[in-house]
Amino acid sequence: MKLTGDKIFKILAAIIAASALTILLITGYTLTAGSAPVLQKFGLNFFFGQQWNPVEGREVFGILPYVLGTLATSGIALLIGVPLSLGIAIFLVEMSPRSLSVPISYLVELLAAVPSVIYGLWGLFVFRFWMLNYIEIPISKYLGWIPLFNSSHIGLNIFTAGAILAIMIIPTVASISKEVLSAVPNSIREGAYSIGATKWEVIHRWVLSYGRSGIFGAIILGLGRAVGETMAVTMLIGNATGSAAMPTSLFQPGQTMASLIANGFLDTTRGSLASSAYIGVGLTLLFISLLINVGAHVVMTRVFKVKGGAVE
Amino acid sequence: MTTPTTTQQKENLSQPDPSQQPITADVIDATAKMQAINVDAWFGQKQILKTVNLTVKPNSVTAIIGPSGCGKSTFLRCFNRMHELVSNSKMAGQILLDGKNIYDRQIDPVQIRRRVGMVFQKPNPFPTMNIYDNVAAGLRLTGTKKDKNLDDIVKHSLEQATLWDEVKDDLKKPGTSISGGQQQRLCIARAIALQPEVILMDEPCSALDPIATAKIEKLVIELKQNYAVIIVTHNMQQASRVSDYTAFMYLGELVEFGETRQIFENPKNKLTEKYITGEFG
Repeated sequence: MKLTGDKIFKILAAIIAASALTILLITGYTLTAGSAPVLQKFGLNFFFGQQWNPVEGREVFGILPYVLGTLATSGIALLIGVPLSLGIAIFLVEMSPRSLSVPISYLVELLAAVPSVIYGLWGLFVFRFWMLNYIEIPISKYLGWIPLFNSSHIGLNIFTAGAILAIMIIPTVASISKEVLSAVPNSIREGAYSIGATKWEVIHRWVLSYGRSGIFGAIILGLGRAVGETMAVTMLIGNATGSAAMPTSLFQPGQTMASLIANGFLDTTRGSLASSAYIGVGLTLLFISLLINVGAHVVMTRVFKVKGGAVE
Repeated sequence: MTTPTTTQQKENLSQPDPSQQPITADVIDATAKMQAINVDAWFGQKQILKTVNLTVKPNSVTAIIGPSGCGKSTFLRCFNRMHELVSNSKMAGQILLDGKNIYDRQIDPVQIRRRVGMVFQKPNPFPTMNIYDNVAAGLRLTGTKKDKNLDDIVKHSLEQATLWDEVKDDLKKPGTSISGGQQQRLCIARAIALQPEVILMDEPCSALDPIATAKIEKLVIELKQNYAVIIVTHNMQQASRVSDYTAFMYLGELVEFGETRQIFENPKNKLTEKYITGEFG
């Protein structure tokens, strides 16, 4: 059989495509193998325990606070970031004149280019004190008796980390939502206007409804970024460990899976139980990320699917 | 930009240039359901309509014909203030609905669009809504809640649009699941549901097959019992079949307007005659 240029190209493309899957499989295998010792020793307690002690001879590892901390910070990021992002997208597509929407979209996308350590630095030296002085202290002063608002008055906590994550997911969520809204056929808007809908009604009953699956996808991508984001969170979350890291209050230091790894991996020795524990945290993080993506895909294709007809 | 053009068609108009005249009471036709007075329209710098005047009688079908790009769709979209939704668009002149200018500052375009319904060139049922909700959407905006009353209006609207028998068992199916012709009748039902006074149709059959077209045409004739209908079409046979009055537009100007029979059998203007006989277009 003669190898033509097309065949060579086809084989090369197949190899490259397969490499993406291979990398994922290798990562999964390495993490599973690496975390086997800690999983064998602690079993389910690894996932549901709250204690964390890497000192040799007294090792105990439970990652529940960090799983919950990850979910809490990501949740806060979505709660704050998604409405802002949708507001930006709606303004850019439905309201602003073109002369304004082009530079604004560019600036929004530029936010994505800021390295996360810069967000961390700015958060540590500037943003933290805004959060502390204008949100944390006033709220804890009046509502501090509620455990959720119990404050440690340092500004390095779950809420600050979540808020910085919100800013970091805005470019992703806003720019994808913008594309989604732009793709909504104009005939739908016209149809809605023609039966006497106001601009607001056209946006929230028709445009957002038509674009819901795409917007959901944008949110999931934002969530993916929030779950895995490490540097800025490590600098702002206060880095509690053990049961102190349980996210019971917005204004107390916490810990996410990613920040735990970033904080601890340097102190471990290769092959120790502690290093296995950190790898186990990594495996859990990877698994949760995959779960979010797969779940999102199912929701998008099954629940939100908008069937096209004459409308293109 | 409003400088009067002195093209040949202009001279053929029976009236003197109306943009030079103030709008006086005697210009207003008291028997008209809608009346366009000296309407100019632009997209950016490009003038699409040049001092167009048109009277629409109640319970009649008025057809607007003309070659592509003559401004007939733009003109139609001035009647329910859809033209202004396009960025860079501009409009001057008056359009009266029952003698009141719909471009008056105090008038809310949303209210006008409820009184003047519209059917578009391509069927555009709302893909996220089922058939029932497509018809009910406009009423829900006005606050009509889900009750017997809403069911009745939806049924009645679908009946008027001659679609009820075909979809009565599929009201929960998506509005986009039916055929193109049915979708267009669904859009007509959607417009009717608001009980408008005028229905605008922008080439409603151009995306449909002959059988679906025949159904829509029959429906248009029935609709005039209750509404004034303005229909834009590039199909002259269609205009002659369905309309009582016909307006011929060319290059943004209204060349001739009159009873359909007169326009097609005895056009006064040479351009109209040329267009009708297919010499250009």
